[in-house]
Amino acid sequence: MSRLPGLFRTLREAGKTGLVPFVTAGDPSFQGTVPLLHALVSAGADAIELGIPFSDPMADGPVIQRASERALGRGVTVRQILAWVQEFREKNQTTPIILMGYLNPVEAMGVERFAEAAAAAGADGVILVDLTPEESAHEVEVLRRFHLDPIFLLAPTSSPARVATVKRLGSGFVYYVSLRGITGGEQRDWDEVAQRTAQLRQELGMPVVVGFGIRDATVAGHLAASGCDAVVIGSALVERLSDARDDRHAQGIATEFLLSFREALGRRMGEGT
Amino acid sequence: MGQYHQPDKQGHFGPYGGRFVAETLVPALDELEDAYRDAMGDPAFLAEFHGELRQFVGRPNPLYHAARISRELGGAQIYLKREDLNHTGAHKINNAVGQALLARRMGRHRLIAETGAGQHGVATATVATRYGMECAVYMGEEDVHRQSSNVYRMRLLGAEVKVVTGGTRTLKDALNEALRDWVTHVDSTFYVIGTVAGPHPYPEMVRNFHRVIGEEARVQCLEQTGRLPDVCVACVGGGSNAMGLFYPFLDDPAVRLVGVEAGGLGLGTGRHAAPLCTGRPGVLHGNRTYLMEDPDGQILATHSISAGLDYPGVGPEHSYLKDIGRAEYVIATDEEALEAFHRLSRAEGIIPALESSHALACAFRLAPQLRSDQTILVNLSGRGDKDIHTVAAREGITL
Repeated sequence: MSRLPGLFRTLREAGKTGLVPFVTAGDPSFQGTVPLLHALVSAGADAIELGIPFSDPMADGPVIQRASERALGRGVTVRQILAWVQEFREKNQTTPIILMGYLNPVEAMGVERFAEAAAAAGADGVILVDLTPEESAHEVEVLRRFHLDPIFLLAPTSSPARVATVKRLGSGFVYYVSLRGITGGEQRDWDEVAQRTAQLRQELGMPVVVGFGIRDATVAGHLAASGCDAVVIGSALVERLSDARDDRHAQGIATEFLLSFREALGRRMGEGT
Repeated sequence: MGQYHQPDKQGHFGPYGGRFVAETLVPALDELEDAYRDAMGDPAFLAEFHGELRQFVGRPNPLYHAARISRELGGAQIYLKREDLNHTGAHKINNAVGQALLARRMGRHRLIAETGAGQHGVATATVATRYGMECAVYMGEEDVHRQSSNVYRMRLLGAEVKVVTGGTRTLKDALNEALRDWVTHVDSTFYVIGTVAGPHPYPEMVRNFHRVIGEEARVQCLEQTGRLPDVCVACVGGGSNAMGLFYPFLDDPAVRLVGVEAGGLGLGTGRHAAPLCTGRPGVLHGNRTYLMEDPDGQILATHSISAGLDYPGVGPEHSYLKDIGRAEYVIATDEEALEAFHRLSRAEGIIPALESSHALACAFRLAPQLRSDQTILVNLSGRGDKDIHTVAAREGITL
């Protein structure tokens, strides 16, 4: 079963906003991927988005493009990523893992085979950036069958009809793309984002997680105050990790960076004050 | 075969096509589709489009009987649809005019485009100037080097050429970058896609702006030969010139349709750009279609001597036509294309684009197998001036 409903219930009861770091699987190093995931959790991650690299990531900015190219250059495959999730689960059975990528590598493996293996490895949800709800009937059916949450994106430009479609097809949470642009782009009007997030939570009756362009703890804190369920820190983290000298340094960078967000979002349940 | 009606309302050609993009682009595509349908139902828009094709592009262009080379080959009569005589030297301008008029109708003042060989970039830069719009063209770094004269032409026309250094630095990466630009500037910008690929409604829209090629050729062939052609041949990268030629013949089952992909150094070498001949269906650049990909679903680097065919995907309608058997797809290698390039230049006084030379190579192979009262209609999609540096360099000549 997906760990996502439980996570969001806990966060809501505690009045906290979740912290969801994104890292590209296999970057900044191949062998350091699983230790990095554990370090993210130690630094306060409530869930992790694990990026499946694709050769043509059309919705991603330069930071994640480069990370994807590096990871592919190291020989990262979907099967390898699922093996990493399984290894992560040997020590951690509670933190949700969301696999995020593009449709083609998943289709190449076979949607059914992918879903079965992802569920067996211990993943919780799947975001396929270029899979629009209109085209997703088969994928949604298969993911549901294996108890994985199909997670869709909504954008500032999404019409009410599309919000309704996503409400019908998606589960786990809705990923609200905070800006009209690519990952790591620049958003100036965070008030508008906060307002829209609050609105969407009402309309959807589903947790709303905000991502794309959140670079610092101040912005994250502002969004938290507006009542979004969690924030995703992607490009800003991946960019810092690309400077790492080695795996331990990468873990140190991630820990330090996430702690600044953790402060702004409040502490997690169970950690005391 | 019944009447051909593709795509469906969601842009599917059988299992191909559709719309696979990040959510941010969906409303923009909906708006584009509405504006496109509205325009195509408006006689004033159609009159202006066809007026521009006459007065600015120079249509109709001739269907030329290549009598000397037909005699040399000793078989079918070869007719060339002279898209190379259009303003800017290729078929690409038909679609660029159509989309720019649509952009103006939608109140957009900035055009962006991707380009491989530079022909679509030049066409877009040209129409942007013609209609008083800003223009940015994305081009892979490798293509910028091998098509430097077109880069300069775009700059002369006032366009900004944005050099793409990500990925394989060719057409596919230029397309990624143009999509990223569009998603970031969706309110002001119109993305002029240059081929029959991309998310719905692009494949249908681009085909319909190019169908004038086949419509003219059909009438001209009937006038000149008294019957329909036996074979239509066109090169296929993304496949816009081929779709433009094929579409008006789809309901004529006796007309054989042959698309020619870039065989590069040969299919056995893996260094080619022939997704229909060697690939399998997948999802790239907003649509489902045949792709060149590795077993893990990563898109492969392609190779062709012609930048315009150097693309790992193909328009979804070609995937459909292949599967239902209405069109057949073959290859011509770099060598065969070069040979055809020289042969046409020397026999007819026409220097063809390297892209179109692939179609010619196929026609030259087919002609001797047919009778002399049969007709092969070849889409001469572009002129070869842009390629003389590439060809000269292959022969050790520096210009």
